[in-house]
Amino acid sequence: MAEFYKLTCAEILKLYKENKATPRQVIDSVLKRIAEEDKKLKAFIRIDKDSIETQLDAIEDKKDKPLYGIPVAIKDNICVKDEETTCASHILEGFRPPYNATVIERLKDRGAILLGKTNMDEFAFGSSCETSYYGPTKNPWGLDRIPGGSSGGSAASVAADETILALGSDTGGSIRQPAALCGVVGLKPTYGRVSRHGLIAFASSLDQIGPIAKDVTDAALLMNAISGYDPNDSTSVNIPAPDYTRSLVNNIKGLKIGIPKEYFSYEMDKETSGIIKEAIEELESQGGRCEKVSLPHTDYALSVYYILAPAEASSNLARFDGVQYGLRERKTQNSKLKTEGSPLIDMYKETRAEGFGSEAKRRIILGTYVLSSGYYDAYYLKALKVRTRIKEDFDNAFKQFDCIVTPTSPTPAFKIGEKSQDPLGMYLSDIFTIPANLAGIPAISVPCGFTSKGLPIGLQILAKPFNEEVLFRVAYTYEQNTGWHRKKPAL
Amino acid sequence: MSSQRDKKIDVEYVAKLARLALTKDELKRLEEQLNDILEYIGKLNSLDVREVGPTSHPLPLSNVQRDDVVRPSLPVDEALKNAPQKEAGSFKVPKVIE
Repeated sequence: MAEFYKLTCAEILKLYKENKATPRQVIDSVLKRIAEEDKKLKAFIRIDKDSIETQLDAIEDKKDKPLYGIPVAIKDNICVKDEETTCASHILEGFRPPYNATVIERLKDRGAILLGKTNMDEFAFGSSCETSYYGPTKNPWGLDRIPGGSSGGSAASVAADETILALGSDTGGSIRQPAALCGVVGLKPTYGRVSRHGLIAFASSLDQIGPIAKDVTDAALLMNAISGYDPNDSTSVNIPAPDYTRSLVNNIKGLKIGIPKEYFSYEMDKETSGIIKEAIEELESQGGRCEKVSLPHTDYALSVYYILAPAEASSNLARFDGVQYGLRERKTQNSKLKTEGSPLIDMYKETRAEGFGSEAKRRIILGTYVLSSGYYDAYYLKALKVRTRIKEDFDNAFKQFDCIVTPTSPTPAFKIGEKSQDPLGMYLSDIFTIPANLAGIPAISVPCGFTSKGLPIGLQILAKPFNEEVLFRVAYTYEQNTGWHRKKPAL
Repeated sequence: MSSQRDKKIDVEYVAKLARLALTKDELKRLEEQLNDILEYIGKLNSLDVREVGPTSHPLPLSNVQRDDVVRPSLPVDEALKNAPQKEAGSFKVPKVIE
């Protein structure tokens, strides 16, 4: 069998046009790859072969569509109609959404094949894919290492050629950080660029769905498919989305690139620092004009995020209570134990105690606390005000610069279990990615090198709202002149 | 804000608000971990943002509404498909008060 699974989306579309391959052949190749590798990697939670068959049977009338016959792996917090969607949580076990997320409808309209659901941190709470109810996904570049999170399964599946494209979601770095740690491309769109309808919400003012792909071209193709106004999402913006492939231009001459000095004052793995420095030099050799810039409130971003995100999460997760879907626990009633007098509240408490993992509980408690009476002003309201300052830092920087470049992650992929007992240590993994979510600006991570242990490092590029075009242009230029994306893990 | 900084989080009370039953071990562990996190978050104490307006979400959108016109919506049986218990076209739940 031809090794179609190794190819990019752009390459496969070309083969289809030249009648040198069929969707069935490509899907078979990818499924065979999954059968060979996924026992080790555990990137996928669920693959429904019947569903794939049904999709393949109906595909021929989509022959001229832009993602015709392309398999896409879907993070398990994105609703696919009648297919189990769990957010990698016990509390949503068995939940089959009665509707498709808007991004899913868009993918189907464009001829894509939904391949299966990928593993993630439970409810997207995490940076390592370790809080999943199903256990961690492994990093294809080091099977004893985390793939990053929370879109760890999506990133690992792309890196391991188990899928051609994948969708992830990003609230504090959950697309970009796993993309960096797995050596693939990941983009968080501007807030409001991609519909959140059907994305099971973590933090409604921070979440975005975005593409994870083998190279920048593929990321642009997927971004084209998912971007656009959606009346079903009241936070979706009615600005027409451009054709992002038109930004795939190998030229950044004269582009003004800001290097934020505060980011580089953080403790970073030495090799990572060196690799990022070289990447910046490469941008300069391509004609980019790199200059230092200050984002003065950088140091407060993590604190702001760990007030706002858990606060929003505590509100969004209140609906998981045993009433409408998923798990329902009736321990007290079943054992006829004395209750506090409210069987309904017992059901809520027991369902949530049984159904949520420890990170989810931690965030719910923290979020509830910072919103509670007496603490709301000191924590939540204060954080919202500091958020304004963080956003202003970027607004000011983008008056002077076309884009900003930083490392994506302070370290390469760490070992499984290394930070799982240290929540704060884990939270610090997101130190470079969080500000973009707070400000609502778009950001991309591209592979920019490997450590001496062969672990990938990612370069992050940030731009002003709705300027994904400059991200694609810089990322494409960098990629075409360095070729890191061509290196594959030895599995 | 220093009075807040010295206060330790009352996890048991917050868990009650969040309708979450916690074991003694969980309570203890959460107390430690959350107090550590709150200490880190205390960084914000050094900032004076009293005159700054809050940003609750990044877009200049507010009151996004559609016309008040009836449209097709999710049929009742679809909405109840995942219900752990249902009856008479509704979600069936235990009594609020015994």
